[in-house]
This record gives sequence, C-alpha cells and structure tokens, in this order.
Amino acid sequence: MIKAILIFNNHGKPRLSKFYEHYNEDTEQQIIRETFHLVSKRDENVCNFLEGGMLIGGSDYKLIYRHYATLYFVFCVDSSESELGILDLIQVFVETLDKCFENVCELDLIFHVDKVHNILAEMVMGGMVLETNMNEIITQVDAQNKMEKSEVMCFVTFINQCPCLDICSMQGHCFAFHTASASR
Amino acid sequence: LSCCWLIHRHSDKPAKMPAVSKGDGMRGLAVFISDIRNCKSKEAEIKRINKELANIRSKFKGDKALDGYSKKKYVCKLLFIFLLGHDIDFGHMEAVNLLSSNKYTEKQIGYLFISVLVNSNSELIRLINNAIKNDLSSRNPTFMCLALHCIANVGSREMAEAFASEIPRILVAGDTMDSVKQSAALCLLRLYKTSPDLVLMGEWTSRVVHLLNDQHMGVVTAAISLITCLSQKNPDEFKTCVSLAVSRLSRIVSSASTDLQDYTYYFVPAPWLSCKLLRLLQCYPPPEDGAVKGRLVECLETILNKAQEPPKSKKVQHSNAKNAILFEAISLIIHYDSEPNLLVRACNQLGQFLQHRETNLRYLALESMCTLASSEFSHEAVKTHIETVINALKTERDVSVRQRAADLLYAMCDRSNAKQIVAEMLSYLETADYSIREEMVLKVAILAEKYAVDYSWYVDTILNLIRIAGDYVSEEVWYRVIQIVINRDDVQGYAAKTVFEALQAPACHENMVKVGGYILGEFGNLIAGDPRSSPLVQFNLLHSKFHLCSVPTRALLLSAYIKFINLFPETKATIQEVLRCDSQIRNSDVELQQRAVEYLKLSSIASTDVLATVLEEMPPFPERESSILAKLKKKKGPGAVSVTELEDSKREGGELNGGGDRGPDTASTPSPSADLLGIRSAAPVGAAPASAGSLLVDVFSEAGDISSLTNPLIPLPCRFVCKNNGVLFENQLLQIGIKSEYRQNLGRMYLFYGNKTSVQFASFTTTVSCPGELQSHILSMHLLEPLVEGGAQIQQVLNIECLTDFSDAPLLNIKFRYGGALQNLTLKLPVTINKFFQPTEMTSSDFFQRWKQLSQPQQEAQKIFKANHSMDTEVLKAKLLGLGTALLDNVDPNPENYVCAGVIQTKGQQVGCLLRLEPNAQAQMYRLTLRCSKDSVSRRLCELLAEQF
Repeated sequence: MIKAILIFNNHGKPRLSKFYEHYNEDTEQQIIRETFHLVSKRDENVCNFLEGGMLIGGSDYKLIYRHYATLYFVFCVDSSESELGILDLIQVFVETLDKCFENVCELDLIFHVDKVHNILAEMVMGGMVLETNMNEIITQVDAQNKMEKSEVMCFVTFINQCPCLDICSMQGHCFAFHTASASR
Repeated sequence: LSCCWLIHRHSDKPAKMPAVSKGDGMRGLAVFISDIRNCKSKEAEIKRINKELANIRSKFKGDKALDGYSKKKYVCKLLFIFLLGHDIDFGHMEAVNLLSSNKYTEKQIGYLFISVLVNSNSELIRLINNAIKNDLSSRNPTFMCLALHCIANVGSREMAEAFASEIPRILVAGDTMDSVKQSAALCLLRLYKTSPDLVLMGEWTSRVVHLLNDQHMGVVTAAISLITCLSQKNPDEFKTCVSLAVSRLSRIVSSASTDLQDYTYYFVPAPWLSCKLLRLLQCYPPPEDGAVKGRLVECLETILNKAQEPPKSKKVQHSNAKNAILFEAISLIIHYDSEPNLLVRACNQLGQFLQHRETNLRYLALESMCTLASSEFSHEAVKTHIETVINALKTERDVSVRQRAADLLYAMCDRSNAKQIVAEMLSYLETADYSIREEMVLKVAILAEKYAVDYSWYVDTILNLIRIAGDYVSEEVWYRVIQIVINRDDVQGYAAKTVFEALQAPACHENMVKVGGYILGEFGNLIAGDPRSSPLVQFNLLHSKFHLCSVPTRALLLSAYIKFINLFPETKATIQEVLRCDSQIRNSDVELQQRAVEYLKLSSIASTDVLATVLEEMPPFPERESSILAKLKKKKGPGAVSVTELEDSKREGGELNGGGDRGPDTASTPSPSADLLGIRSAAPVGAAPASAGSLLVDVFSEAGDISSLTNPLIPLPCRFVCKNNGVLFENQLLQIGIKSEYRQNLGRMYLFYGNKTSVQFASFTTTVSCPGELQSHILSMHLLEPLVEGGAQIQQVLNIECLTDFSDAPLLNIKFRYGGALQNLTLKLPVTINKFFQPTEMTSSDFFQRWKQLSQPQQEAQKIFKANHSMDTEVLKAKLLGLGTALLDNVDPNPENYVCAGVIQTKGQQVGCLLRLEPNAQAQMYRLTLRCSKDSVSRRLCELLAEQF
C-alpha cells in the first residue's frame, strides 16, 4: 500500500502532499520536513530507495523517490509494493503530468493543485493503484477537462478582459525538467 | 514514446505562465498565489495568508449567497493555504454544499477539499454520506467515481456502515462501466481494511475472483489489489484465484510486446500487473494441480530467460520494468522454496545484479539474497558471493545499500565464515554511519555469540565492539558478555586478562569500565599471580577510572571493590581508606553513599567466613533467550527476525550457556524465576534494597520477570456489587476509577486510568478476558494510546453484553512500563449478574403467588449469616436499591423484613428473581432467601449478597 505521496522542491517547499492514512496537520508537515531532510541530503546516482523516517513508521516503510530538476517525487510505501514498480509508477505520473500540462514545470503544480490531485486520483486511490495506463488516465482527465470547459465558458470572457499578471516576477522560478535526471 | 517532453527550457526563452494561458478562470487564485510567492519573508507570507483567510471567512459568512464559481475559488485558496502548512478550521460546510451541486467542477472541488481536509471522525460525515449516496445512485459514471474516491480517501467507519453492502453490488453488476468498477474495487478494499467486520463475504466473492479474467486490464489492475488483500485474510475462500492468476500471468508473459497496446510500458507488457499477479501467488503455497504448476514454472522460466536477452530499449524505464517483474518472480521462487533448479537460477541472477552498475539493482539484489540465504537449497550458493558483499559494505557510496549488505552478511553467516564476517563488520563499524551503528553492534554481538567456537574469540570480539563503538553498545550487550563469562569457567581467566589489558588504554569507554569492574571483581584472582597485574595494580587501575564515570558505574565499581576485599585481603586497608573518604561516605548520591557506608561496615565487622559467603563468586545464570536477540527483534519489529533464526540461536545459545562442563548445573535449574530470586539474595548485601539504580540487580534480571512473578489477582472490592461508580484500584503508581451504566442486558463501563507519578508510563496496554462461559460478554473495548504522561488520566470505554447468566467476573489486565520496570496487574471488573436487574413492582398477593410458583427446591437458595456491617434500616435499603431490584413495601407481614423483586435480562432469556431478607437485630444475624426461575442465578445472587450485609 502507498501510505503517502509527496512532491516538494529542492528547498523543501511542498508542492503536493497526499496522505492515504490519516495524520493531523502538524504531523503531516513534520513528515514532509523529515522526508525532505532524508531525501535531499542524498547524492545523485545513489539508489532510489531508503527506509522511511521515524514519523512515517520507520524501517517497515520505504521511501521511493525520483528527483526531476527542481522537484522530488516521493512515494512512501509498505513492503507489499515492488520498489521498481513504484519507480515506474512515478515515471508514469510525471509523464502524464507532462502530457496534461504540455511541458510541465513546478509552476503548473503550484497554480493547479486541484488538477494535479485529479490526475493523481486517476492513478492512485486510497493508497492502491487504480490505473497504470497513461493513455487511459489522460482520456479520463481530458473528459473531465471538457466538462469543466463547458461549465466555465461564461467566465472565460471575463478572464480575457483582465490585464495579464506580472509574468516577469515569476521568471526566476520557472524551470523545466532536465532530460538527464529524468532519464534515470 | 519519445523523450521530447523533457525539453530543457532555457531561461532566456519566454517563461510559461500557466495560470492565465490555460484560460480556466480562477484569476483571483492566481493572484493570491503570486502574492504569496512574492512575499519576502515568512512574516509577510503569514500576514498575507491571514488577510486572505479573513477575506474568505467573511465571504462565507456574508449575507450574499456565493455562486459556485466563487465557492470553488475560495476552496482552492484554502487548499493552497493548507498545503503551505497552515491550519484550516473553516470552509468544511461550504465544501459539503459543493457536493450537492450539479456542476462537475463544483462537485469535484468539494470532494477534493473533503478528501484532503476532512478526517474520518468529522461530524460532517453524515452530510457527506448523503451526498455520496446521491452520487452513487446517479448512474453518472463521473459522479459515481468521485463518490467512490471520497469513500476510499476518508474510509471512516460510518462510511463503511453506510456503503459496505452497496459497493460490492456496484463492483459485480453487469452494467457497471469499467472505470467505475475499478474505483469500486479499490473503494471496497479500503473499507475492508478499515472495517473488515462490515464487509461481509457473499455471493459477490466468487465474482470478484473472476475479475482476474476481465477484458479490461485496468479492471484487473484494480481488482488484483482487492483480491490479494482478501486472499491474505481468507485464503480458502479465494483459493480459486491461483489458477486464474497463473493463466493471466502466462498470457501476459508470453505475449509479444505489442499485444497489450497501452498496457505495454517501454516494450514490457503490463509490468505492474505482472508484479501484482506474482505477489498474489505469494499468498499461497505452490499450486497442487500439476497442469497449473507446470504452467507457472514455465512462466517463471520465461521471465528468468528474458533477463538474459538483449534489451529492447536502452531506456532505463525498459530495464526497470523488466527487472521489477524479475524480482517478483524471484521472490515467488524463494517463497515456494521447493524448486532447487529455479532457486539456483534465481541466486545466479541476483549474483549478476550484485555487480550491476545500477545502484537500485544492487540494492534489491542484496535485499532478495537475504531471504534466499535462509533457504537450505540456496544457502551455499549465496555464500559464494561473500567477497562481493563484503566489497559492497566497504565501497558502496550509498548508506541504504551498505545497510542491505550488512543485513545480507548477517543472514549468510554460519560457522564456516563467522570469523571473517564478524571481522569485516567490526572494521566497517569504525566508519559506519551513525544511523546504523547500534544495529550493527547488536548484529556483531549476536553473531559472535551464536557462532563462537572458542570463547576467547568471543570475549575479544565484544571487547573490541566496546572499544570501537562503545556508545552504541547497549546494556543488553555487555550484560550478555558477563553472563557468558560467568557461565563458562574456561574463559574467565582469559576474560580477566583481556579486560585488564583493555583498561590500560588512557581513554577507555565507560562500558569497558563496567565490564572490567564486574569481571575483575569476580575473577581478578585468576590473573593476580602476575606481578604486572597484582591485586593492588588491578585496584588502582579500576580506581583511576572511577572519577570519570557516571553514578551507576561508580556504584558497580564500589561493589567490585568490596569483592576485592574478599578476593585479596591485602587490599583491604587501601580499599577501606577509599571507602572512608568523604567523597564516598558523604556522597550526595544516596545510592553511592549507602554502598560506601555499608561496604565499609561489612568489611570491618564481618569475619572472613561471613565475607566469603556473602561475596561468593556469582552462580551461573539460568539459560534464557539471548537478551540481545530480543532487543534486535524489538528494534526491527516482529517478523524481521525469522523463526528459524530464533530457534537456531536457542540451540546454539544453549551450547554456549550451558554446554561444556557446567552444562548440568544450569540445565537442572528448575525455573529461571526461582533462580533469579536466589541470585538476588546472593548479591552483595550492601546494595540498596532493589532500588532502580542498583546495577547489579539489573544484570540478573529484567525487572519484568520479578514483577510478573508477584502479580497477584486483585480481588473485587465487594462494595461494587451495589455500586456502579468509584475507585476500583489504587496503588502508588496508578489509580483506576470506573463509572458504569446498565440498561437491560447491555452495559457500558468507563475506565479511567490515572498516572499518579510524574513520569510517563510507556507501552500501556490493557486487555480484558472473560473466564470460561463468559467468553463473549465484552463486546468491544476502545484501544488506548500506549503512553500515559505523568499526572495524566486516560479513559477507556468498555461495552458489555450479558449473553447468559454467569458467576465469574471478567478480568482486566494492565501492563505498562514505569521507569524500566514492567508493571503487570490483573483485577476483576465489577461486572456481576445483578447489574442486569430490571426492578419489578408488584403487590403483596402477586409476590406470594410467584413465590409459591418458584417452589422447587433447587430454585431456592438460602443463607444465614452474621452481620458484617451496620444493620441500620436506611443503609440496608440503599444497598438493596443499589442491587437493582425493586424494594417492595407492605408485602411481607413482618415489617422488619425486606422483600425485593426484579428480572435479570440476558440476551437469551429473562430470569425472574424474588428476594427476602430477614434481619435479626438481637442476634446480629440475617437470613437471606432467593428464589429465581433459574437455579444457578439463585445460588450466585445468594453468594454475592451474603457479603454485602
């Protein structure tokens, strides 16, 4: 079973946290910090698995992670999951995000937390894997987007009339996934 | 699939602005997020968030009804704020309202909020359940999926109660869409995990198994998780899944890489599902049906063969997926442990991986080999890789991999390679990561003990261990070396010599001083012949460490000194001088002071004979499971140390402890506990009476043994027969109060445990057991947190049902650790049959008519007894009312007498009871008569009540 799925950036800022077991807010934040601490101090090219931190249940749980450019994708799983299988799953997740957001970057995750949750929900439900086929996931997400579009048409006009946001202030944060690290 | 999506975007290209370009509204949200990101300091961020929270709060509270769009926007903002780690204590109601919207977007954001922010014991669950119910019956697959997701995410008991019967129906219905089926399968799995009692197996079970044959691979993917979990709990009901899984696996494994289309991942057909199928098979023994087994073996061989084929792609994803299947196949082969041919192939494959350039594969290979090492077929094959593994321990850059290597060395260790492995682990310890040192120390200590053929090697190893990693040597480890040295007289001289040498080092670890003090105190005489280690030299050496040591170690050293006086009378004057000095005899620590005073006195007044008896050499320790092994097991959690290992060590441990010349003595020890007490009395008399700090006593036993010995059953205070509330038990540590209420045949008892000390109670557990026929009277018991802080009180609720009449009260057992000592007490709970009385009012004529009806001799129970308590009328009345019966006036012709009537409610039947109590004030006697429709009840009530008056 997958106990938690965490995404945070190189500075430990959480970008997505999904717990499949209940913790209170404080513990969740502590788990994110602890996990970041464990994962971020590891070199590149070491293995992608390590024992879970104390808060999440110690050595009975494994952290399986991938590091893409500025983001860490971490799955905390129990012993019933295949480590390599989960690595593949992370890859499927990232590829799906990339398809849905057309070249995904950290900002997409920040501004579309709800979408990311939706995409994840098409893959993992209650800590178990629902679907691994990327095309199937994307089909579902597209169908939802269509429904959404038909419902928000009335607002688009409104949005387009608004002056654009100050894009420059965000440029410093913008980035993309590096080919090199993602191919690992 | 190409890699083109991973374009590296240069900073000079225009940055993407996702929020607006996507054109899906929520500008306010984008602005807010940008604001937060532009905040220069944490304070500014908090300020901005608080402003936003206030804004949203006022919007939610405002008179103007919000439209769906605004609600969605605000809920999104709250989600974002929550992700930043701020508490969200409102908005739940708005989210629940969104659930009943007809618009997908609003419904969806409502569900999202709830699955992220609502926990399973929220009061809103009922409202949420209503919305879910509507969506489940909506026949709109998108809405149904949202609802199923919500159930799976929250997974509370109330939800299980509401939907546990509905979900299986959705899952197996013929007209359910595939995507809904997938969600329903995992939703059911979640409910089964949280409330297995509510998910009842039924006709749907066999149809669930057949989902393994489903056309849609996604449905199979979801269903297999459900089936695996159900199979683990009910293997027999789900047996048929084995052949279905094998045939599904076989179809996948033999398919070409294009057959499965979308489920082919980087040229590997359905890797995730293959892994899950192989995991499912690991829940069962090898198939009995020859054909099925043949097919499975074929699959496994194909998987092993494929590993040798050239890769179809250079991408790491390809080899990842392929190896994921391979590792699961190997796990299955190890699990079956019956095909030597496959086992050896598996071992060779893992051997290849041990030197693979991919760190992940090396890690997994080490991990799998650990399990392989315990198979008798492959243990030898695993051992051939010892050099590679040792090399991994020395050179791997990654601590996780090194740790696996250490685990594997531990697993592959046997008599033939123990010396090499222990030496390597010891040298690794010098540079090992702090995080794994303690575990490494335990492992080295266990291996050294388990495979010791000569004890000088064992002693050397442990002393080295203390020298290299003294800080990580736990008490168990050094207790153990002392136990073994005491039990083996052929090693005592060597131990004394080695420890003496080790103590020469200018800075030696305190644990070394402890071992040294103990061993020289016992066996210093064995090396005293050598002038370089004469008694006085030994003493001076020990005493040179004294001032640098902590109080417990000093206490131990004082005991060693008094033992010296016995061993070497020539040191008496010197040692008495030391004991007499102010820093000892007036030490501010009471334990040290007491030892100094008592030892000084003992040495000056006792005759040599007495001294020799009191300070005699320690008798051998009783054989018992190695305390170190127990510690490792505790550290790694149950299941981490395999049973074989345990038995192994018992066997070997026995040899070590009791084997050899002294075997018979130890073996004939009647019981460890008896011996324990014997040792205690033989301990240096001066030692403070078993105070927590008394080290020597600690060495002999875990305090638990003693306290469980003296664990009396605390009888039930008889006042609780007529009372429902009060203090049930109290000692210096703990107070237990109860409050209880009964209605008909049901009862609820609140137990309050109060910690009277200022120290935390750890591992606090309580269990209730019902003797004999009472088995199922306790319906449920709420679990407790294992920690009770000092001064705190915790509460536990017990639900009780009276199934039939009974005489023994249920037992409550309480265990916890206070300081280091295990406390264990058992007491009777005040649940007596009379608690289930319903009072019955009746007239005099009714009463006597019924009295006559109950005239069979066995229906009546009578007792004449002397009054133990006051015979005051009001007191008696109160007691009789407390009993639960109706006290009937004007029934008995003699106004001095009391009559009562009531019905005892049990689940199966009602028992009518009539009672008559005739006091005789002059004689201070009572006559108590009971007539009940069930004879056992009469007798029991009579016994109970006789103690009350």
